[in-house]
Amino acid sequence: MSAGPLATFESSLDELGVDLAQTTSDQFESTLVPLLNAPAVGAQLPFENVSLPDTVETDPTVQELEKAETGVTAAGYGIADYGSVVIQGGPEGKEPVSLYADKHVAVIAASDVLPDMDTTFDRLAEDIRNDTGQAIIATGPSATADMGALVKGAHGPMDVTVVLLGDR
Amino acid sequence: MSVDNRQQKAERIRHLLDTEGDNVHENTQVFNDGRYESTAHLDDYDRLKDEARAIKEDAIERLPELLDQVTEAVETNGGTVYLADDTADANRYITEVAGGRNVVKSKSMTSEEIEVNESLEASGADVWETDLAEFVLQVADEAPSHIVAPAIHKSRKEIADLFNVYFDPEEPLETAEELTQFAREYLGEKIRDAEVGMTGANFITADTGTLALVTSEGNARKSVQATDTHIAVAGVEKLVPTIEDLQPFVELIGRSGTGQDITSYISLFTPPSDSPTFGEEGELGPGDDRDFHLVLIDNGRMEMREDDQLRETLYCIRCSACANSCANFQHVGGHAFGGETYSGGIATGWEAGVHGQESAAEFNDLCTGCSRCVNACPVKIDIPWINTVVRDRINHEDATEFDFLVEGLTPDEEPGGMDLQKRLFGNYATLAKLGSATAPISNWLAGTKPVRMLMEQFMGIDRRRDLPKFRHETLRKWFKTRGGSRVSPADAKREAVLYPDTYTDYVQVERGKAAVRALEALGVSVQIPEVASSGRAPLSQGMIETAERHAHEVYADLAGHIDAGQDIVVIEPSDLAMFTSEYEKFLADESAERLDNNSYEIMEYVYGLLENGASGRELRGGDGEEVAYHSHCQQRTLGLEAHTVAVLSELGYDVLTSETECCGMAGSFGYKREYYELSMDVGSELEAQFQAEDARNRTVVASGTSCLEQLESLLERSSQHPVQLVDPAK
Ligand code: SF4
Repeated sequence: MSAGPLATFESSLDELGVDLAQTTSDQFESTLVPLLNAPAVGAQLPFENVSLPDTVETDPTVQELEKAETGVTAAGYGIADYGSVVIQGGPEGKEPVSLYADKHVAVIAASDVLPDMDTTFDRLAEDIRNDTGQAIIATGPSATADMGALVKGAHGPMDVTVVLLGDR
Repeated sequence: MSVDNRQQKAERIRHLLDTEGDNVHENTQVFNDGRYESTAHLDDYDRLKDEARAIKEDAIERLPELLDQVTEAVETNGGTVYLADDTADANRYITEVAGGRNVVKSKSMTSEEIEVNESLEASGADVWETDLAEFVLQVADEAPSHIVAPAIHKSRKEIADLFNVYFDPEEPLETAEELTQFAREYLGEKIRDAEVGMTGANFITADTGTLALVTSEGNARKSVQATDTHIAVAGVEKLVPTIEDLQPFVELIGRSGTGQDITSYISLFTPPSDSPTFGEEGELGPGDDRDFHLVLIDNGRMEMREDDQLRETLYCIRCSACANSCANFQHVGGHAFGGETYSGGIATGWEAGVHGQESAAEFNDLCTGCSRCVNACPVKIDIPWINTVVRDRINHEDATEFDFLVEGLTPDEEPGGMDLQKRLFGNYATLAKLGSATAPISNWLAGTKPVRMLMEQFMGIDRRRDLPKFRHETLRKWFKTRGGSRVSPADAKREAVLYPDTYTDYVQVERGKAAVRALEALGVSVQIPEVASSGRAPLSQGMIETAERHAHEVYADLAGHIDAGQDIVVIEPSDLAMFTSEYEKFLADESAERLDNNSYEIMEYVYGLLENGASGRELRGGDGEEVAYHSHCQQRTLGLEAHTVAVLSELGYDVLTSETECCGMAGSFGYKREYYELSMDVGSELEAQFQAEDARNRTVVASGTSCLEQLESLLERSSQHPVQLVDPAK
């Protein structure tokens, strides 16, 4: 992956007010820990040798889910032009974990940052045809303007942070 | 329309202007400005629009095939597809599936269309809208006033008051944050307790059975995730062939509607979803035995598909750009500008198709045909044309058995039962001819109180609006008297036919004279032959057959001139728009194209002459004169505003352009009693700008007749056409 999409991704995230933490697999845990507001919940990460610290509850009850301050999940890929992350739901619980906590931390491999919507849809089509039941193109926090002013965190998270694994 | 109806309509509009107008205005304006900004950032906006349109054209063409395909895909995934014929059929099925269990819903206009909440509630289910705007409306027991932001007409204060009375919270709610937080918690509980989640779908891919939902709040995701049964409701027109086909829409829909590059969530669900769900004991249990039902609703859509005029409505992706860009909508909102379910520009097409003409008739007149929505629509639907077609059908529906009595007395092709007011405006050309022949008596008569009262009573012409004064010496008579063109064809750089539109010929004669002299100063030999009126007037009243006849006559009158290499120069922008847009529908392709290719707006033509080396020395220069210029809405749609500004600037005028695109008058609209106040309300923005400090002393110029008339009534200064500024005789 050339530096192009990554630089674009970075500036798109910046425009959205989404924090970006760049790290490597080795440094992952030390990068993640300061980003966690307790209590934290998570869904297992699919990256080899990268795992969530014990303080993150990966098998939460409904109550724990709703009480969670932070939810950590992997993102299938990112879209540089838009600063979006694609959350592919499934039995491991990425969908609820990314949706209920006040803050969502999305972990993504640098090589999965795609330049634009066109490339993204080629990937999405392939994934969906191979049985990925759910893909959410998530861009920034959830929001509403229905109550007379723009408010973040309508039903979903009000804060999003992206952790980028530079060596992946 | 009867006197009483007219009165009632005027009152209702006045009421909405007072109560909802400000909120709607503020919010739609934000959306519309956002659209301009966001689409400007797209590299290839036009290519994306073409792509989006092509996908919809193809999908609607192949709809039966796609329906089979999606059924197979969904069933293979483990879900069920139900094709509902109509509202009752859909509700019966959905209620049966829900089986009295509690339902949480995310926003879906299609579910509003079938009013599913009522039938679910009748079966004993608790139904909650989880979209915050829909939640507000549910509590207020009101109908949506906008297809994307249904509670756009309510202010924060009104919502706070509503919630404080209805829920009686310990601490009164006040800020938008507090209101949102309260709703989130209240609905969070409802979501936890519900077993059925209902969503709509913005798109459905036939190949994989994937639903695409365009949302911002996260409630649609929760409604699906937290429940055991997912029912998705969508019109059959939402099908697109493949996943890849979603791409242009995903890039266009948010930008077109709310001006966001993309909304927070574009959810692609290929149900049944296997995300963990909320189990019995407060556990997050496996979600792999979710039940999924896709309810595809026909409700008139298959018939629309067969209807050559209404078919395009099915390409609509419900982005709301047409509503947001509509000046009338911006001022009065969807409670006036909408039918049983849909509101805004394309709502006429939807209402006529799914609820019938009667529902569309209520608000169809509010489309003035200004065409501002045309460039806003991401699938390039000619929305004003659909409005015109429906207007025409309504005219014909009103016809009665006594038609033959009036039929012979009017010079049009229309049935006798048609609204008298519409008929009057539709036959404006005949009226002008008569008025001019009998001027100044006709003007004097038309200006007297008793006549104005009669006109108001019988034809709904508002007394407060000045009527145009017909001139006894028409432009053509003047031209003949002076001996034709002062530049002979032999000495001319070019030869032009100046199109004598009804207004220029009979009313705005001065702008015609100025145009002749300006053209001659640039070395053009001018002719003003007798040419039929364009048909704009009858078209805007929905008198399509009459307009079509005019189109043929105009072409017959002009074809020979085009053959002879002469250019057609048009002063009135709304007439030029007829030639270049609507005539496509009336003339053979080749003829329409020829007329289009050889017709120019007067200032566009002057611009072209100057660019090609003509000297502007003989035109009257500005010498720094400060002018305030208002372009015409159809002229802007055609991309012709810039030419006038360029010519005036080049000739030394200091030009300030109007920020508002619409003057609010749009032809006959502002004359009509029931719409007079709305017209003035829309015009107030233009008035404010041109009365502001930096514009107060500027000379006012406008290209369109109706804009000139509106400006004259809004401002204390008189206004003129830009060609009159540069008139060498001045
Ligand atoms: S007609 Fe076009 S602009 Fe209007 S809602 Fe439909 S897609 Fe959007």
